[in-house]
Amino acid sequence: MSRPMLLALQVLVAVVCIVLWQVLSTVPVFGKILLPPFFFSNPFDVFSQIVKWFASGVIWKHLGITLAESILAFVIGSTGGVLVGFWFARQPLVAAVFDPYVKMVNALPRVVLAPIFALWLGLGIWSKVALGVTLVFFIVFFNVYQGVKEVSRTVLDNGRMLGMSERQLMQHVYWPSALSWMFSSLHTSVGFAVVGAVVGEYLGSAAGLGYLIQQAEGIFDVAGVFAGMFVLSAFVILIDFGVTLVERRLLVWRPTASDGRG
Amino acid sequence: MTTPTAVALEDAKVAFHLRDGRVYTAVEKAHLTVAQGEFVAIVGPTGCGKSTLLNVAAGLLKPAAGSVRIFDQPLAGLNRDAGYLFQSDALFPWKTALDNVAIGLEIKGTPRSEALPRAQQWLTSVGLGAFAGRYPHMLSGGQRKRVALAQVLIRDPKILLMDEPFGPLDAQTRQVMGNLLLDLWNADRKAVLFVTHDLEEAIALADRVVIMSAGPSSRIIGDWRVRLPRPRDIFEVRLDKEFHSLHREIWGVLKDEVMKGYMQSTQAAEAV
Repeated sequence: MSRPMLLALQVLVAVVCIVLWQVLSTVPVFGKILLPPFFFSNPFDVFSQIVKWFASGVIWKHLGITLAESILAFVIGSTGGVLVGFWFARQPLVAAVFDPYVKMVNALPRVVLAPIFALWLGLGIWSKVALGVTLVFFIVFFNVYQGVKEVSRTVLDNGRMLGMSERQLMQHVYWPSALSWMFSSLHTSVGFAVVGAVVGEYLGSAAGLGYLIQQAEGIFDVAGVFAGMFVLSAFVILIDFGVTLVERRLLVWRPTASDGRG
Repeated sequence: MTTPTAVALEDAKVAFHLRDGRVYTAVEKAHLTVAQGEFVAIVGPTGCGKSTLLNVAAGLLKPAAGSVRIFDQPLAGLNRDAGYLFQSDALFPWKTALDNVAIGLEIKGTPRSEALPRAQQWLTSVGLGAFAGRYPHMLSGGQRKRVALAQVLIRDPKILLMDEPFGPLDAQTRQVMGNLLLDLWNADRKAVLFVTHDLEEAIALADRVVIMSAGPSSRIIGDWRVRLPRPRDIFEVRLDKEFHSLHREIWGVLKDEVMKGYMQSTQAAEAV
């Protein structure tokens, strides 16, 4: 299918959904409105709420806060994940000792940590960053650990036979291999950084998209909740697009599925 | 002897500890020498431990008994005089063809500005001058082998160890690669230890052909000198009368081992 055709169909899905929503929430069917505005609002109200936010400029502050929290969570979480992943993969004894604890912490639903972080770090951005870090760290950690462990035996032997020292093996073999695994999970980890930030805001904060949604829910402002959700979705899609660009630049050496000779 | 010995395996025995505690002897009392400038091919049935022997010469494996001497020095650790061409893909997938070749020099501390033009020269001499910017996955199997060859040769090792390097390639590409190898080798005649399961390839390339018996506990059971004149062309040398008589003679010995090896592998499969 050609690109414009695909794009047209994708837009069509959105248009159909929005029109259905508008019609069912305003026009009675057999004398009854199927989507009562109190529970479902309607696209027009939601859209005007979004326009109001952007027109008055209040939204920028919230977007900026959420973006800052997500970036901090991603940077701190992945730095930690890379370092610890490397350390564990190169020191099997350390990995074996910590294995049950890593599994325990990873199995814990991170939401339960949010109140503790709020207690420790206050209601500012750092409690949200901490929540995001606990999510991002494990994704990056497991990927880097795997990446270092699964370096091809032959490539490693080749490096040794070419005369690489341990440090050079690190630089030319382990590091690129681990990075490629980390980048392959980039979409997931960036997504989780945003999730951490928004959930943290939702559970207790004074700014951010999560805060905006939570405030609207508090006063039964359904249009506000939907508006917040749409802004959040657009925000996530934009970030994801950015990640795709970065990925394309960094992983040029990787065969893609469509490459027959891969 | 006037020419020094590049590689000498003396009564080398290689054994592996299996998971269930038993010891598997792959190679028993192997005695093998490669003189400087000599091209030696090892031929044997599947699973006879040819590659194992090569890894011992490379220092990647330690023999359980016996000794390994490289230029009359006992080998400790990796063989720093040797370049190793692997059977499977060993290029760094995250480096371009040019960087893959240049890395051999950069490891030794050659500045990048100096390593890159020399890498480009080597890529040109293996016929890939126009492919410097490609990543390994964008190259065909034969092209990847050429890059691997350049990667090893740019370091100018005194000994070349080759583990069925052209095994995964199709028949025509193999012959082309064989001729390329002979051309490059003719320039400075390094000592070569070349492992293959293809007897024709062995005779066409080598000065000496060494035959191994079927494993386990395989031994070296024959050693023939190939007196075909050099420089050779792989396509033409196969038509030579001496090539045929030598092939018949060696095949007479090798055939039994191949059958033995085949029987063992099928029995092992049934036992599983």
